[in-house]
Amino acid sequence: MVVILNGQDVDISEGISVLELLSIKDISPETVVVERNKEIVPSDAFAETVLNDGDHLEVLRFVGGG
Amino acid sequence: MSEDIFEIGGLKLESRLFTGTGKYADDSVIAGVSEASGSQVITVALRRVDLDSKTGNVMDFIPKDMQLLPNTSGARTADEAVRIARLARAMGCGDWIKIEVISDNKYLLPDGYETAKATEILAKEGFVVLPYVNADLYVARSLVDAGAAAVMPLGAPIGTNRGLKTKEMVRILIDEIALPIIVDAGIGRPSEACEAMEMGADACLVNTAIATASDPIMMAKAFGRAVKAGREAYLAGPGAMKSHAVASSPLTGFLGGD
Amino acid sequence: MSFYPICAEYGAAPLSERFAATTEDDVRRALGKAVLDPDDFLALISPAATPYLEEMAQQGSQLTMQNFGRTIQLFTPLYLSNYCSNHCVYCGFNAKNDIPRSQLEPAQLEEEARTIAATGLKHLLILTGESRGKASPDYLDSCMTVLRKYFPSVSIEIYAMEQDEYARLVDSGVDGLTIYQETYDEELYATLHPRGPKKDFRYRLDAPERGCKAGMRVVNIGALLGLGDWRTDALITGMHAAYLQNLYPEVDVSVSLPRMRPHAGEFQPTSIVEDRDMVQIMLALRLFLPRLGITVSTRESGQFRENILPLGVTKMSAGVSTAVGGHSQDGDKIGQFDISDERSVDEMCTALRKLGYQPVFKDWEPITEPSEGAA
Repeated sequence: MVVILNGQDVDISEGISVLELLSIKDISPETVVVERNKEIVPSDAFAETVLNDGDHLEVLRFVGGG
Repeated sequence: MSEDIFEIGGLKLESRLFTGTGKYADDSVIAGVSEASGSQVITVALRRVDLDSKTGNVMDFIPKDMQLLPNTSGARTADEAVRIARLARAMGCGDWIKIEVISDNKYLLPDGYETAKATEILAKEGFVVLPYVNADLYVARSLVDAGAAAVMPLGAPIGTNRGLKTKEMVRILIDEIALPIIVDAGIGRPSEACEAMEMGADACLVNTAIATASDPIMMAKAFGRAVKAGREAYLAGPGAMKSHAVASSPLTGFLGGD
Repeated sequence: MSFYPICAEYGAAPLSERFAATTEDDVRRALGKAVLDPDDFLALISPAATPYLEEMAQQGSQLTMQNFGRTIQLFTPLYLSNYCSNHCVYCGFNAKNDIPRSQLEPAQLEEEARTIAATGLKHLLILTGESRGKASPDYLDSCMTVLRKYFPSVSIEIYAMEQDEYARLVDSGVDGLTIYQETYDEELYATLHPRGPKKDFRYRLDAPERGCKAGMRVVNIGALLGLGDWRTDALITGMHAAYLQNLYPEVDVSVSLPRMRPHAGEFQPTSIVEDRDMVQIMLALRLFLPRLGITVSTRESGQFRENILPLGVTKMSAGVSTAVGGHSQDGDKIGQFDISDERSVDEMCTALRKLGYQPVFKDWEPITEPSEGAA
């Protein structure tokens, strides 16, 4: 199935959780915040939040800014 | 003499210099800058993780005991600012937020109206809201009503390093607004930060001037001292200054007597 | 919110000590600042500032010029009624005083209004004694129906009212509220107002604020200088004005400086306010609150009023009678207080122009129609 991650299409298997997706993309979960279909996924729910086909995901982190 | 403590958002700060993390040639300098400046509050932005390349994480260089002040840069409307703020809070680094709503790419001037709207929503959700706005009395008043924790008027447009171009307007805010006034943007030199503090500003936020200096760490130290000097001058209470000599014909001569 | 806690704090503090402890350094420091704080204001009211009057005058006159130009707004009082149930010991209309009492009927009011309007004046101040029964809100409303035909701007100086009553008057065309606390010394106030509704110190103190909330564009306050210690009353008047200005920035706050003068009773002032004291008060207020309106009435002599023109005055009354129907009728000459400057409007204008001031008759014209009749 396909999810849209930070604007890019990503092919993933069924039943993948947010945590697993982050791992696939080599992103440390403690350094990011995740928004799924415009709703924030609490970090303690990364493991049990299973993704669906067509989910829009935003994975964001703090960067330098004024 | 008792310590001069800046109370804001539930914190008691010793330093009245807030710093930023943008525009550094090398993010690793931020650690040294933070120490040299004495700053206890530092801004960051929120952006998408770059999926294609592995970049460093600015958080690695920010001392753990600093208060994080995420900004809503990128937001062009109140709704976007609110969304970014909630995401920032979900990072788990506290509930301070600097509201920056800008839909002007030429000067990067903030939209006071949208900022006030975002402030009201976020203040109700328990955020410690520090809104970045133009030095406008009516906008500031609406921020007071909206529940902001401070008002952050610009000294000059972002990145211009032009100093306190809005000095007189900022002075009015200091005199009229009961919230802390933190001059943010445009401060290019330590003397300008000192000037703002001497006038009675509660703090200064400096990013570009430090990040783009030849020696950011030394510049950070200078800014730290400048903010302290300005604050002490303000507290000491300047002596009598004659603005003009007593001239022309007497107006009280009719009273007679001595 | 209320000014009362602040007023009480000043009342409790030993102000005489603070005045005595003020040094010339404090005064000089205040004079060097562009924006003065309450401590600076206190310094300028204190005895230590007396040698600095000329310097205060130079700065004050400069500020007045910048904020108001060389203009003086003219107005006159119209006494609608002198029925009064208060026993204010210092006042000519004291309920105990055996004087003829009357209230203008519509026809008389129309004549009085016409007479005044013929002088060119457009700002009117209407006054009554304390009588809800006779000079009722309904009566006032009916007076406004007559008056707004002749005057684009009407202020009221009447008994203290509720906020919704002020709002009703605003709807009927009133744009200004004048109400004096007489003295901010609560203990002294009690002795001066032994009987009648005006006895309630706090209700009266909060009245200007109710006026602000009700939509009055101009709110004028003051103390009757000489009733109590004039320095204290002048200080707290300034703080009251600052309080209103800060909380209601959209209101034009102004202060009157009525100084005790002879009247048809036996009360004499406890403190004497000399001319130089009046000048000091006016200048201190001007420096502390640069945009404050300052009114000087015909209690003061013509000569004095002319001398203080450059020192911060912005409004003056002219062609005055303080008797009911006194503008158009001969009978009933008992006024509320004796007038020292009896000049007519024309005479005032000539005098002002000669001194380089422009008399202003009309500051604004309402563009919205007041509501018809009672709310």
